[in-house]
Amino acid sequence: MIKIDVDMDKCQHYGQCVFEAPEVFQLNADDKLEYQAEAPDEMLADLEAAADVCPMQAILITKA
Amino acid sequence: MAGLRTAEGARRAGYTGPITFLGAEAHAPYNRPPLSKELLQTEGQGHADVAFPIRSALEEGVTWVLGRAAVSLDTARTVVVDDAGDEHPYSALVIATGLRPKPLPIDDHGLGGIHVLRTLDDAVALREVLRPGANVVILGSGFVGCEIAATAAKNGATVSVVTQSRVPLLRAVGPLLGAEIRRRHEEHGVRFFTGESLFGLVGDPAVERVILTSGVMLECDVLVVAVGSDPNIEWLADSGLDVSDGVLVDGGLRAVGVDGRVNPDVFAVGDVARYPNPLFDDVARRVEHWNLPTETGKRAGQLIAAHLAGEDCEPLAAAGFAPLPSFWSDQYDAHLLAFGMTYLADRSELVAGSPDDECVVEFYRGDDLVGVCGIGMRSAVQAYRTRFATPALQ
Repeated sequence: MIKIDVDMDKCQHYGQCVFEAPEVFQLNADDKLEYQAEAPDEMLADLEAAADVCPMQAILITKA
Repeated sequence: MAGLRTAEGARRAGYTGPITFLGAEAHAPYNRPPLSKELLQTEGQGHADVAFPIRSALEEGVTWVLGRAAVSLDTARTVVVDDAGDEHPYSALVIATGLRPKPLPIDDHGLGGIHVLRTLDDAVALREVLRPGANVVILGSGFVGCEIAATAAKNGATVSVVTQSRVPLLRAVGPLLGAEIRRRHEEHGVRFFTGESLFGLVGDPAVERVILTSGVMLECDVLVVAVGSDPNIEWLADSGLDVSDGVLVDGGLRAVGVDGRVNPDVFAVGDVARYPNPLFDDVARRVEHWNLPTETGKRAGQLIAAHLAGEDCEPLAAAGFAPLPSFWSDQYDAHLLAFGMTYLADRSELVAGSPDDECVVEFYRGDDLVGVCGIGMRSAVQAYRTRFATPALQ
């Protein structure tokens, strides 16, 4: 499994991650970020891409 | 950053060989946007707060040579020489030397108190002097100038922005949003001197006042020069590469020589690379937006892995490179987010919301949508991402 942590103090809800990994990241009706804390290993490339494009660099991806 | 993303991309595409990072700065790769915001206002923040994590793929087989600048490239011998005289041979070279701030447009007479902001060290030095009550004059009203102005104003400094432009951020966000950004700055006490430049400096040994071209004189303890950037290409002067404005590359990010030939083993990525983007037109441009180091790096990484594996790179390169530029900016409570090449536009149009709250503005060149920028309304702005693909690419 892959563990996903978003530093919500840093996150400004730009939603760039949503485009890279929509299965894990979504903007809700109030334009706030929501995400799942775990994802299967085969999503690693998409999740790293999501972390890469985060303007605030608030996303941490770790292999659990 | 672009170099790091290239290395990651090459690893992801199967390259397992050695990688050397040669960098003029003493620091491992870090994220620059916080330098004008969080890091600039938070005492004690440093490299650890902005460093990019080094992924496991780059823990093995990587050599870091930091604090050494490249001074020349010999493409025939395939070596880079650094400022200590050491030679670094390569099978594939990635040029990711980025930008440096343009200097003060007038003679600085060696005065102290004059700052620029590009590197972590610049930011730490500037943070030391952005004290409450300091008289801060910012020359330039692009993103760097505006973000420093916002941070300094929040810190209690007295801030003046001097700009040749009519409105701040004009090129990037157009007159409507630019005027709104100015209004928000003025709400926080920032004064704007538009259509102005610097005529002279007064002070010894540090700047105490600046004189504008109109004759206005401003008290000035800290002068920040934020009038754009130049690509770091001087070290390539004798390389035979086309470096007329950054490093010209093809659709595979491979450097093009002054003779028009592509160098299959030399790549350029990030702010220093100049390339056409078929989403918009066939004009090669350097684009200084934050997401492009990542986009160019990933792309170059693929090509490098293929090249070093002895594969034919032509089909990959011929497929073209069409990244969607994106930028954002935080100033006070305004969160700007944009996609596309807004500064190619000849007109802009408010399509949703109200600038003094939240809004979306579309940018057109003729009838073609070339960009979108919003204050807030992120879902609405994100929804534009798929609207820039040209028919030829689909």
